[in-house]
Amino acid sequence: MAETKKTKATKAASTTGGVDTASNRAPKSQKAHVVNVGDEGGIGGKVSVTIDGKEIKVPLGTTILKAAEQMGIKIPTLCAHQDLCAAGLCRVCVVEVEGQYRLQASCAYPVTSPIKVHTHTRKVRKARRHIIDLMLRNHYGECYACVRNNNCELQTLAKEYGVDFFRFGRPAEPMFDIDSSSHSVIRDMNKCVLCRRCVRTCIDLQEVGVLEAINKGEDTEIGTFADKPLADVVCINCGQCINRCPTGALRANDPTDDVWNAIDDPTKHVVIQTAPAPRAAIGECFGLPAGNPLTFEMNTALRQCGFDKVFDTNFTADLTIIEEGTELIQRLYTALVAKKPVALPQFTSCSPGWVKYLEHFYPEYVPNLSSAKSPQQMFGAVIKTYYAQKAGIDPKDIVTVALMPCSAKKYECNRPEMTDSGFKDVDYGLTTRELAKMIKEAGIDLPACDKSDFDDPFGTATGSGVIFGATGGVMEAALRTVIELVCGIKVEDIFEHADIIPVRGMEGVKYAEIKIPKVGPVPPILSGLIKDWKWLDGVTVKVAVAHGTANAKKVMENIKAGGQLAGCHFIEFMGCPGGCIGGGGQPIPTSPAIREARARAIYAEDSAYPVRKSHENPAVLELYTNFFTEGPCSHKSHKLLHTHYTKRGKYIA
Amino acid sequence: MIKSYHEPLTFDQIKAGEGLKAALKMTRSEVIKAISDSGMRGRGGAGFPTGVKWNLCAAAAAPEKFVVCNADEGEPGTFKDRVLLAEYSDKVFEGMTIAGYAIGAKEGIIYLRAEYMYLRAELEAALAKRREDKLLGDKIKGAKEFSFDIRIQMGSGAYVCGEETALIESLEGHRGEPRNRPPFPVDTGFKGCPTSVNNVETFAWATCILAKGPKWFKELGTEKSAGLKLFSVSGDCDQPGIYEFPMGITVADLLVAVGGEGAKAVQIGGASGHCVPYWEFDRKICFEDVATGGSIIVFDFDRDMLEVAMNFMEFFCEESCGQCTPCRDGNSAILEGLEMLEEGVCSQSYLKELCELGETMQLASKCGLGQSSPNAFLSIVKNFKDELLGRGE
Repeated sequence: MAETKKTKATKAASTTGGVDTASNRAPKSQKAHVVNVGDEGGIGGKVSVTIDGKEIKVPLGTTILKAAEQMGIKIPTLCAHQDLCAAGLCRVCVVEVEGQYRLQASCAYPVTSPIKVHTHTRKVRKARRHIIDLMLRNHYGECYACVRNNNCELQTLAKEYGVDFFRFGRPAEPMFDIDSSSHSVIRDMNKCVLCRRCVRTCIDLQEVGVLEAINKGEDTEIGTFADKPLADVVCINCGQCINRCPTGALRANDPTDDVWNAIDDPTKHVVIQTAPAPRAAIGECFGLPAGNPLTFEMNTALRQCGFDKVFDTNFTADLTIIEEGTELIQRLYTALVAKKPVALPQFTSCSPGWVKYLEHFYPEYVPNLSSAKSPQQMFGAVIKTYYAQKAGIDPKDIVTVALMPCSAKKYECNRPEMTDSGFKDVDYGLTTRELAKMIKEAGIDLPACDKSDFDDPFGTATGSGVIFGATGGVMEAALRTVIELVCGIKVEDIFEHADIIPVRGMEGVKYAEIKIPKVGPVPPILSGLIKDWKWLDGVTVKVAVAHGTANAKKVMENIKAGGQLAGCHFIEFMGCPGGCIGGGGQPIPTSPAIREARARAIYAEDSAYPVRKSHENPAVLELYTNFFTEGPCSHKSHKLLHTHYTKRGKYIA
Repeated sequence: MIKSYHEPLTFDQIKAGEGLKAALKMTRSEVIKAISDSGMRGRGGAGFPTGVKWNLCAAAAAPEKFVVCNADEGEPGTFKDRVLLAEYSDKVFEGMTIAGYAIGAKEGIIYLRAEYMYLRAELEAALAKRREDKLLGDKIKGAKEFSFDIRIQMGSGAYVCGEETALIESLEGHRGEPRNRPPFPVDTGFKGCPTSVNNVETFAWATCILAKGPKWFKELGTEKSAGLKLFSVSGDCDQPGIYEFPMGITVADLLVAVGGEGAKAVQIGGASGHCVPYWEFDRKICFEDVATGGSIIVFDFDRDMLEVAMNFMEFFCEESCGQCTPCRDGNSAILEGLEMLEEGVCSQSYLKELCELGETMQLASKCGLGQSSPNAFLSIVKNFKDELLGRGE
């Protein structure tokens, strides 16, 4: 039997959300010092805190805000976010601590001795109101005309604190030009209230560091390197900053007008492919709690909106597994049998945020990236060639829209190399939020829609495709296929119900080893490439999974230093914390709990699929029989399904 | 040159190495006790008892500790540290060495205001001389196990870096912005180690206290504000300059000494201090009454108090670090209100609103900068409201 082993890959591997206070880079001014007293009830013991007359015992060093949360007492916040270190800078959460003249920011005040706290005295209420008034003084824009209308933390605060006039005035005209240079993220600094959540997201959570506060005093603003447009700096387009912006200062570059125009144009055949993560989250835009997938309801709604065909991106996720898996086998063959130098470990390339991160920060590792395109881009190329031919439609009249949980996908479809079909392979990348808006605009109540299936000729994909949406999913899908194709056994013989648990979960970096117990015959799909599997007999396959670029950085640094992960064969990287379910195009808000609920929905859906392995997807097999007749990684598949990357470094955007 | 109310000036009475020699004869806790007994409070303006600070730092368990000299003298109207460093740097270095001995630090850092770059060569030379004399470096003269050295790091030009946590942030190479407190630098300071950040003048007095004994210091000044203090006097007076006075001197007595009788108001404590009107000149300059880090600015009857207030607020609008909302946006809201007063379009009720905003800033700002920035405005409104109102056409 195969042995599986799961160990913590690096000491720094963090638990949830990729926040690791030991290594994050934000200046200490932008984080609360939490008194390190070990685990609950450890040497530090507990301390009593009385809030609004109610007493509770909390571990030493717990912030007032956390203690209040435990007691069900609400303290308003703005610069605080569950995924980020406390900054204590907006001062909305101030409270009165008995015996102290000044008010204290509850998010950043660690309780180290018994204290009595009052959360809504006159002093507190007045201060909060003043602070909100001051934020509004520099907040330019009309709520009606804002993408965050009804989902804006500043608006909510203003309402809660009874703002009925602009006490200290408001800007009469915009102070900044809107930066819409990026295909992915639009920055409208007129709406910024300088909570610096984007800064901490970019520096700490993602360790990219594109955004930082510049200037001082009243001239303070959030800026980029040399104040360049976002498209000209090392932004990886992950959009995590959008998900954590409390206002509409950061938003995705929205193509819905163009999509409607295409739908309304009778000469256009508009096709949409939908990725797995949006279906697990879109319900949140319609008032459902996180973790309620609306896959088949969404198909109906999309047709009602006017899309001519609704395809499942999972089809090309399965295709990706075949192409990327074959590429891996080729690399391993080169290394193990031909004994020639080849870039290993192979890195996944489905996450465009991760790809751009690598291009900027580790350009020397570009050869390690799988040349396989992401499922989105494979589908674009297949739709405008195979599907166009099969349906008898001139590809110039086809408009492909991709529903993605992602803001970086908007950038990816605009990469100049993504035109292998002879046209722009994917015309528009649409986020979950933008599609929800379109569905609402069409007057459709999504949760109430009838269920309907995906359209032929690609049909319903496999469970392997679905789990691409969660961190570890690509690896699990790849392993399911590789084990079966190489060993000639069922995955279920090794992993119960084909659930490869070691690569699942929200741990920042996951590592697993799987020994190949025996080898089987080479299946027909690969017989053109490989004679036999003998050379893999008894080999221990080492894999790792990282999500969020901060964790990716840990893996890359480990590899650079020749650590344990340098010995991996295959590593899955996702640009966003939690993988695609935590993508920059997903519904706002986000939190570790919300992402876990979405991931559960993804795995439940996988479990319910009759076919759960990519290489068993009948439509994929048909595609190889009828279109990519020379098999995976052949000349034709290389032309349409593979791509190349740019060694950008830090100076080429 | 420093003018004193007595001759010779205290700093001239003590020879180099005298204070350190006395300190090294004591145990560490005896040194801290001497400082505590002297009753000295921080000379930068906040007035935290120096002995308590050193004691907290000494008590913190850590393999590495630091002494930091806050020479980022940025408060408008204060220039005593500059003169102290130019003329009595030895006293400062010696005080830092004593602090290092007391708290158990091996390294002292002078965070020198960027504008004082011209002093650096002289200071480096003085440090080299002390090393030569075995008053700095490995195994300091008179101590078996004590090594201590001092390096100079240049500031980067922001007023907020005078705030100790922002200073540390800047020392570490970050944007100078105050940290959340608690914990305090005595516990978690430079590089996360216990750090005692003291004003230039505090170190100089520590040297004198060790040389002359805590009793000498304690008997000067007032009950809660012991000892002597340097004052930077500027503005509408005949003899501006640096003065040494005992704490608790009345504004009136000080004005006599500097030739500023007949003033309308005196700004005590710089831009972040309080404006004392002529009818309150019997007030004492000390922590019990009106505190200062040393800045005294005299305004005569020709001064327009609105202009004075605007000048201060313009300073804060520029020098707020921009991190917390009350300070960043509050100062500009107040300045805008003052501009409205100038044009005669600010109502009494809006002025009242701005004063309440000032109180919020005092209560809710993240650091001392924002907490004290509305002081001047509030005291000018309180005392000279009639002068502010009724402008424009």
